[in-house]
Amino acid sequence: MRDRLIFSPWLALAPALTIIVLLLGASLAYGIAQSLGAISVIGQETLSPRAYADLFSGQGIAGREFWGSLGFSLWVSLASTLVSAFLALLVAFWASNSRLDTLALNSNLAFPHMIWAIGLLLLLSQSGLLARWAASLELISMPAEFPVLVRDKYGIGIILSYIGKEVPFLALLVISVLRTQPEGYQLVAENLGASRWQRIRYVTLPMVAPALLSGSLLAFAYIFSAYEVPALLGVNYPRMLPVLALRFFNDPDLSARADGMAISLVITVITLLVAWASIRRGEQHAGQ
Amino acid sequence: MPDNDKRYTEHAENTEKHGKQKRKIHAIPLLPCFPCTNYFFRLLLYPLLAAPLGVFILYAFSQGWFFPAPFPETWTSAPFARVLSDPRTLSSLRDSLLIAFAVSLLSLVIGYPAARALGLRQFRGRQVVWLLLYLPTVVPPLAIGMGLNILFLQIGLAGTIPGIVLAHLVPTLPYVTFTLAGAFARYDEAYEFQAWVLGASASRTLFTVTLPMLAPSLAVAALFAFLISWSQYLLTLLIGSGRVITLPVLLFSAASGGNPVTIAALALVFLAPPALVIATTIRAPRDLSHNL
Repeated sequence: MRDRLIFSPWLALAPALTIIVLLLGASLAYGIAQSLGAISVIGQETLSPRAYADLFSGQGIAGREFWGSLGFSLWVSLASTLVSAFLALLVAFWASNSRLDTLALNSNLAFPHMIWAIGLLLLLSQSGLLARWAASLELISMPAEFPVLVRDKYGIGIILSYIGKEVPFLALLVISVLRTQPEGYQLVAENLGASRWQRIRYVTLPMVAPALLSGSLLAFAYIFSAYEVPALLGVNYPRMLPVLALRFFNDPDLSARADGMAISLVITVITLLVAWASIRRGEQHAGQ
Repeated sequence: MPDNDKRYTEHAENTEKHGKQKRKIHAIPLLPCFPCTNYFFRLLLYPLLAAPLGVFILYAFSQGWFFPAPFPETWTSAPFARVLSDPRTLSSLRDSLLIAFAVSLLSLVIGYPAARALGLRQFRGRQVVWLLLYLPTVVPPLAIGMGLNILFLQIGLAGTIPGIVLAHLVPTLPYVTFTLAGAFARYDEAYEFQAWVLGASASRTLFTVTLPMLAPSLAVAALFAFLISWSQYLLTLLIGSGRVITLPVLLFSAASGGNPVTIAALALVFLAPPALVIATTIRAPRDLSHNL
């Protein structure tokens, strides 16, 4: 089998790389071209940065909504990520010793985000399961009295849905670090008279922080660029950026495609920057 | 990006050993861990994790469940049977299965040689390859789908199952390749050499030595690919152009304005494969989380 060495590894890599590079490259090239107004279907071939100028100056139909949507996207992504990271720490500290708990958390990961969002819709809507229970406990007398928790203008439903999926993800990340952590550190700290809180603050937290931060950045990047959950659990205004992008991309007026494409590229750039930060963090964590 | 080997091995160890790993018990619990707080914690956590799934079962088997009633008054499988025998459900189920099986098979065939090169060979540009294969896992499907939409329209792949399969390969190939590369990083080529010395042909070596040794990782990789493809919504929507309706596309449109009973029944059908995977492997890897 040594003779296989004469085959270049590039030959073996060629099929996979070709597909990835061609499709990613093409989608990027077509995306940029369309965002600059090159839409051959309507015979427009001249390039202009009109869509970007509109977006950043807040003009035009898409531009008027852009900054508000960006703010809303950041709010939802940040709130979901921060709450998830905090809850994940608590869950991890409690669950780190039990295989049953990690099993329960793991099983959550196999379910798509979309399923989770739909579950929340049936659970939390004003005629949903919780509203029915509240009504049978005589806390409310009709559906409209139940608080608006999904399809609300603050994005509560979207945030709750992401928390439900990101807490298990981040908690398992923290647990996997905790499991590889030598017991000695805890024992030494205990011997030196550290209280439970001091052990968490000065021994455990610094150990899990890099992995948690790296995972949180990844979660942020995902939430910031995902479409399904805000489309199912959001309202028409304010909308998260991916929903706005697809709305203009599908506009019957084909010139609005440029706006949709430009928004999608803005999302991509931000997502890639955050993902890059996550990888850097992950490397530092691996280097320790 | 340094330490690629380390990354692969770690990744491999995580996916491989996770189940068997002997767990280390902290000598000193981190939080006050009286039995009652532990049970209280579970009492809180488990229902929260199960809630959205429990609600599907309640709705899918309910009949005439009107507002203030806390539980359905009559339980019946009639709505479930109705949804299951609906031709739209059946055709979406068929398309979803066809696409997911094709995607898993193709990802294995294409990812295998790439993983072998990445896991067993040192060569210049290896890190660039790693980065290129990593990119599809972070580039939003929204951007990929919107960009490919026009291209696929022009070359006649839009609205076709082969077009969707091709698009699904973008998110599945990296996972399959990295999973198998992790397996190859722990694999000893000397076994193949031995088979060759004993006179085995190349294909016999592949089928009686290499593939059986890699079987667990191959199975995990195939499951990864199947689940990612099965749950893909945006790419299917943007490439399918409304002509190929897979199960998630059908479910999404039902959830945007259908009745709860239909939504719940469809959701249960959609959930079957992930639930099956959990029941059989019991270790859905966390890497999957953001691609479902």
